[in-house]
Amino acid sequence: MDLSVRFFALYRERAGTNTHRLQLPEGATVADLTDEVRRLFPRLAPPEVKIVVAVNTDYAEPDTVLQNGDDVCLIPPVSGG
Amino acid sequence: MIELAHEPLNPEKVTSKIRRDTNGAVVTFLGTTRNNFQGKQVLTLEYEAYEEMALKKLGEVRAELQAEFELEDIAISHRIGTVPIGEISLVVAVASPHRKLAFEACQQAVDRIKEVVPIWKKEVYEEGSRWVACEDHEFEETDESATVHTHGD
Repeated sequence: MDLSVRFFALYRERAGTNTHRLQLPEGATVADLTDEVRRLFPRLAPPEVKIVVAVNTDYAEPDTVLQNGDDVCLIPPVSGG
Repeated sequence: MIELAHEPLNPEKVTSKIRRDTNGAVVTFLGTTRNNFQGKQVLTLEYEAYEEMALKKLGEVRAELQAEFELEDIAISHRIGTVPIGEISLVVAVASPHRKLAFEACQQAVDRIKEVVPIWKKEVYEEGSRWVACEDHEFEETDESATVHTHGD
């Protein structure tokens, strides 16, 4: 499947882009997606740090199965207020 | 009322959205931008949001608190973009028949906003900048790059 991943704040700066298109096999999960993102952008986050993902404007668990066309965003630690 | 604002916030205006004659108390919290971090002077703050999700999460925080604390209403306005030092970045206004619940709900609202809403702030210093709360994302430098070679004058 074809997905567009959006980056914000720290991740946007480290990736050097707002958005990146990537291909994943059918049935891929959020964990598969973060593995692929780490492969493409090794300086995004240290290996021991969890990358938080939002799918269609809700926080998603690593075992969440992705669908074609999902709105996928990577969420660095939040700091509003 | 929930909003992300790209211009200076007006607390009076936010509070006016929730005031009714049935209120016994209105508690308003103002988050303001501080000029220092660990002795370093902060020149300005830059706020970024994933807007669709931030609005949704702010709405969820509002709905949860209204149900839990039996509030009459709650308004949240968060500023996005460059915010100079000493200005207001967040307004939370809580209206309730009774003050105790209003104080407690207001504190809870701010805590939850800081925890779940996808908004980020960057402190900009004279030299460099820092995304707040991202300390765990710093890479450990390798031995070579961490070693600073100095030579005598």
